[in-house]
Amino acid sequence: MNNTSKLILIALLAGMVAVSGCNKKTRKAEGADMGDGVSTSGTGTEFGPDGKPLGDWQSGASADLLSQTRVYFAYDSSELDADSMAVAEAHAAFLLNNPSTRVVLEGHADERGTREYNLALGERRAQSVADVFIALGVSAMNIENVSYGEENPVAEGHDDSSWQLNRRVEIRYDR
Amino acid sequence: MKLSIMKKFTALLIILSGLMVNPAQAVLTIEITRGVDVGIPIAIVPFSWDGAPVAGESMTKVIEADLTRSGRFDSIPQADFLQQPHNAKQVRFKDWRLIKADYLVVGSIRQAGTATYSVKFQLMDVFKGNTLTGYEFSIQSTKLRNIAHQISDIIYEKLTGEKGAFNTKIAYVTVEKTKKGKRYLLQVADSDGFNPQTILNSHQPLMSAAWSPDARKLAYVSFEKKRSMIFIQRLSDGKRENVASFKGINSAPAFSPDGNKLAFVSSKEGNTEIYILDLRTRAIKRLTNHHGIDTEPSWLPNGRGLVFTSSRSGQPQIYRMNIDGSGVQRLTYSGKYNARPSVSADGSLMVMISRGNGRYHVAVMNLRTKEITKLTDTQLDESPSFAPNGRMVLYATEQANKGVLAAVSSDGRVRQSLRFLQGDVREPAWSPYLR
Repeated sequence: MNNTSKLILIALLAGMVAVSGCNKKTRKAEGADMGDGVSTSGTGTEFGPDGKPLGDWQSGASADLLSQTRVYFAYDSSELDADSMAVAEAHAAFLLNNPSTRVVLEGHADERGTREYNLALGERRAQSVADVFIALGVSAMNIENVSYGEENPVAEGHDDSSWQLNRRVEIRYDR
Repeated sequence: MKLSIMKKFTALLIILSGLMVNPAQAVLTIEITRGVDVGIPIAIVPFSWDGAPVAGESMTKVIEADLTRSGRFDSIPQADFLQQPHNAKQVRFKDWRLIKADYLVVGSIRQAGTATYSVKFQLMDVFKGNTLTGYEFSIQSTKLRNIAHQISDIIYEKLTGEKGAFNTKIAYVTVEKTKKGKRYLLQVADSDGFNPQTILNSHQPLMSAAWSPDARKLAYVSFEKKRSMIFIQRLSDGKRENVASFKGINSAPAFSPDGNKLAFVSSKEGNTEIYILDLRTRAIKRLTNHHGIDTEPSWLPNGRGLVFTSSRSGQPQIYRMNIDGSGVQRLTYSGKYNARPSVSADGSLMVMISRGNGRYHVAVMNLRTKEITKLTDTQLDESPSFAPNGRMVLYATEQANKGVLAAVSSDGRVRQSLRFLQGDVREPAWSPYLR
């Protein structure tokens, strides 16, 4: 098995663990070319700081959104589309209900273009999500932005389907 | 008597081990993928080693590889040589005219002390039948490659009128996948890839290595604390200092030409802006103030201004400004992506990454005429870096799913790829002249 298929399998398993039972709708930005059954919510297992499952207060729909811990972006853009906005809003609601919870917004870019520009782009993407959180009342003190630019891709291919997956912000409660 | 032969033999072994291409040292091979039509024909006779030519041959191989790599010389094969002279007196010029050599290099290596050697060489004009230049070096055995590069520089300068950049260093980052995840090494090697030394070993990404103008220090960005921070490290002893670890990103370090200041990028005040850190007073000054991305500062050689990448027009384009942030002027108008500028030491050329037809390639702008020339047609080029003489540009690209380094002459006529044996290689930075 080559590394790419290993990676896909790992992503698949992680996705199954993360969203088991959830009937997750497929997002445009999540790599339509990846083939059936590949969940791009990936490592979305990080919920509360203690790893506790979500409380009952969550409706099914927002739990579904909360299980998505990655939001995706268009090329050279840091703007949230409607789908990404819905995910960000669900996490903002979670943070408002858990005011002691800290969140790290990890911004990433695809490999095209220069590394330093991409580092700045990743930062802007993280800030776009932070702006939504803050606008909805989350304390800025609980938000930390980190950018990895193009340094930590989730998909290692040099094609559109990999690039789509790599232009992302990871919403993390585990750092 | 026996002892002295033994001594000489041991010395020869030391000299050979320092020179020979052994697998551990040959981390990269250089392949010339495009050369000029006609180079200057030059014959390099293997230097004598107290009469035995073996070690001398290895040394001349380094010189030959250097000159060929520049794309400006054609080295005449040894099989064609009609004589093997080692000094000017032994040269029969007609033998060299016969094999169409324009220039001839002869030399000798002699043991001068227990670990010191005397290297002599002469460069001759075959047509005029005279000696153009000659030098004698007294060196340690470990420095033979460096002396070979210095000799290449002397020959190159004498025959092209431009300073050579063979006796310089390159810094780069290698990435290998291990069972514990990725391993990143920041390395420094000779300009031909030999003698690689690891400067930093990390399991987190490393990027943006930048040389101090005296070539004694490297600034770089390390993610070792799970976010970007800037360090300055002294090469002699590895001692380093964290100079920027503000909230947000800390990146794109660039030493001023006098070495007293460091331009860098930080998002500590919200947006990605360019700052200057005074390395003596530790004062920090902000230069840009724009809601777009401002990054990749690179100094003009006179130290009075910087070029940088900004997305203030909606896409990344290249601008210049004075060191107080005033006088901002846009430099690139063609294409939708121009980034990572770097200006040649004479201030005449600016190299950058430009997008065209969905490809990200190396391009050079003549700063006087503003004319832009595409230098490469590869797809994912990054991090272009001028040789200190401005003749070659070292950059990173991708070949068969592998990160590789490549070099192209500033006029686009000569190209070479530097193939490393394992892992990905990226983020090259060519050193200034070594003093």
